[in-house]
Amino acid sequence: MNKDVSIKVCMGTGGIAAGGVEVMSTFEKALASVGIKAAVQKNCSMHKVGCRGFCARDVLVDVIIDGTKSTYQYIKPDMVERIVQEHVVGGAPIGDWLVTDDYHTFHDKQVKVVLSDCGEVDPEDIDSYLGRGGYEAVKKVLTTMTPQETIDVIKASGLRGRGGAGFPTAVKWDMAIKATGPKKYLICNADEGDPGAFMDRSVVEGNPHAVIEGMIIGAYAIGAPHGYVYIRAEYPLAVERLHLAIKQAKERGYLGKNILGKGLDFMIKVKLGAGAFVCGEETALIASIEGKRGQPKAKPPFPVQKGLWGYPTIINNVETLANVPYIIRKGASWYAAMGTEKSKGTKVFALTGKILNSGLIEVPMGIPLKEVIYDIGGGIENGKKLKAVQTGGPSGGCIPANMVDTTLDYESLSKVGSIMGSGGMVVLDETDCMVNVAKYFLQFTQSESCGKCIPCRVGTKRLLEILTRITEGKGREGDIELLESLAADVKTSSLCGLGQSAPNPVLSTIRYYRDEYEAHIYEKRCPAGVCKDLLSYSILEEFCKGCTACTRVCPAGAIIGEKKKPHKIIQDICIKCGACFETCKFKAIKKG
Amino acid sequence: MLSDKELQDINAELAHAATKASASVDALNIVQRHQGWVSDEAMKDVASMLDMTADELDAVATFYSFIFRRPVGRHVILVCDSISCYVMGYNPLLDNIKNRLGIAFGETTEDKRFTLLPISCLGACDRAPAIMVDEDLYGPVTAETMDGILEKYK
Repeated sequence: MNKDVSIKVCMGTGGIAAGGVEVMSTFEKALASVGIKAAVQKNCSMHKVGCRGFCARDVLVDVIIDGTKSTYQYIKPDMVERIVQEHVVGGAPIGDWLVTDDYHTFHDKQVKVVLSDCGEVDPEDIDSYLGRGGYEAVKKVLTTMTPQETIDVIKASGLRGRGGAGFPTAVKWDMAIKATGPKKYLICNADEGDPGAFMDRSVVEGNPHAVIEGMIIGAYAIGAPHGYVYIRAEYPLAVERLHLAIKQAKERGYLGKNILGKGLDFMIKVKLGAGAFVCGEETALIASIEGKRGQPKAKPPFPVQKGLWGYPTIINNVETLANVPYIIRKGASWYAAMGTEKSKGTKVFALTGKILNSGLIEVPMGIPLKEVIYDIGGGIENGKKLKAVQTGGPSGGCIPANMVDTTLDYESLSKVGSIMGSGGMVVLDETDCMVNVAKYFLQFTQSESCGKCIPCRVGTKRLLEILTRITEGKGREGDIELLESLAADVKTSSLCGLGQSAPNPVLSTIRYYRDEYEAHIYEKRCPAGVCKDLLSYSILEEFCKGCTACTRVCPAGAIIGEKKKPHKIIQDICIKCGACFETCKFKAIKKG
Repeated sequence: MLSDKELQDINAELAHAATKASASVDALNIVQRHQGWVSDEAMKDVASMLDMTADELDAVATFYSFIFRRPVGRHVILVCDSISCYVMGYNPLLDNIKNRLGIAFGETTEDKRFTLLPISCLGACDRAPAIMVDEDLYGPVTAETMDGILEKYK
């Protein structure tokens, strides 16, 4: 067999969770068993690739024969044999298993910079990255540019911090180059903790060398010989690949002493978090690297003045750093041509929740939200109606369905009361209760508050108590106003970003869904039918056929009635489990 | 008493640590990897290696939810309660796991097989609801797939 065969198996966390390892080993066996083993070594290569974004369709497999690529979705080990027989040997792809049109729609509106090599390179092989132009940017800055020129390129590109606040990266670096002292540190913040965000994990897993390359360039620009990557212990695969990538980069002379013979010294240490969300805040992160409790400090002094062990320290997010090599390679004007006037380039979003195509996407800044939801995301699951899109995690807010024309850039999102944040985007439909969503986020911030400052420690607790009583049907008149005034106090007086932004989900849901709060408090009703204590089930006599299906599933014996006659639910016995609602074929059970 | 291997691993960590104290979490993780959790005795032993008091080190340890100060089962199940999991079926899944194992969060099964803990986000939001058993990630997890998952861990 003289065909040039290449098989790429998606092995991001998503791919592995869906069985990627088994799929890959089955391919190896199946190819060997059809007697093309000798040819395999020569002509057929198997690659692991990192995340290509569309994890909902895992395991995704590319079969490339003589340059023609076919992509399969939802592949399981028992499907491999047929692919090898019919496609690899027989030359006929299996149409039913190939990705459908929406796989292409998912990708067509995206513009990939940070993710451009994810899903293409083998994250465990530096040569694979080098083969796609990797480390060219390091060579370029070390041989042809001064540190100041490097910063100027980043300045001209308009790159802003992708971790949440959107601070211009070049301004940060400029402050660091001017800071004096015997030592400086560059830290990559990979402590991605926002619920609903997983872009940093995917980038480190899919293309760790881009992050390392970005760090080397940053270290050169600001003159920092020591680097740290602070990464969550919850991401074991990312940690493993990062360690491997650092080792490989060191072996090839991209890290260590006298990098590429150009006199630059830079080494990276990996520091693991231990399950504390607040450590993503930069002063807390520094305390954690120092081996202390990860509690934030008041700023100023900012880390760039007095950071790790008192030395000037720059902290950049994973996605920010991963942009840097591409900007250096392709030029500032190429990058700045994408996006809006104030928000340049692209942004990676984690599209999740009640959306048809959930996954990781990268789009130009300024794209309207509705294109993301309906074109890339394919709309709402199960034909339901969009209710809101939550962006920015626990520091962000909700964008209601009637504002889906909002464009995705720092300024527009803040204007509608939300934030870009790290790029989490949770889609909510008509069956989600907004008071409950706000309660969810306060549960999160209340339990993750480090407890150092009182406004955050006590304030989030009180906000949560009020929200809890509202969802339990014990809301009181004045609760909405109390939430608003307490939220304002917590925002203005908390020590760090966690507390200062914790009330945002409450304020944003009150702003757009005040009527839902009022329904909970004054009418003791949850319009979305979520809050259990406010629910009641009843039988609509005109629809009930008396089939007795509901009486049979009711675990509490709360439904009575004769066969073929309308039934009745005894409210005092009903435990509101919803089993009757799910079972009734005649839509005769009313929830509300 | 720390084992020779633990001493060796902690000393290796200290050899390249910027300050002794900065290796605190790493050292506690080493103990935990070997013993499953950090006992009071181990806490004292590690503290003396780091030139800290046991109380100082415990203050650090109790800040981080992944340093276990009580014994855990052979396998730790982390159930993700992130917003994406929350809207995609976290509550029924959690009820299912709790009923199946007969334990609540923070508890260990009688046969010491599983400990159940919440986690704020596993970063697997597109595979919600997700859980992690030891270092293996699963999602989306349903009542049906739970059986097969637990079977793998003895």
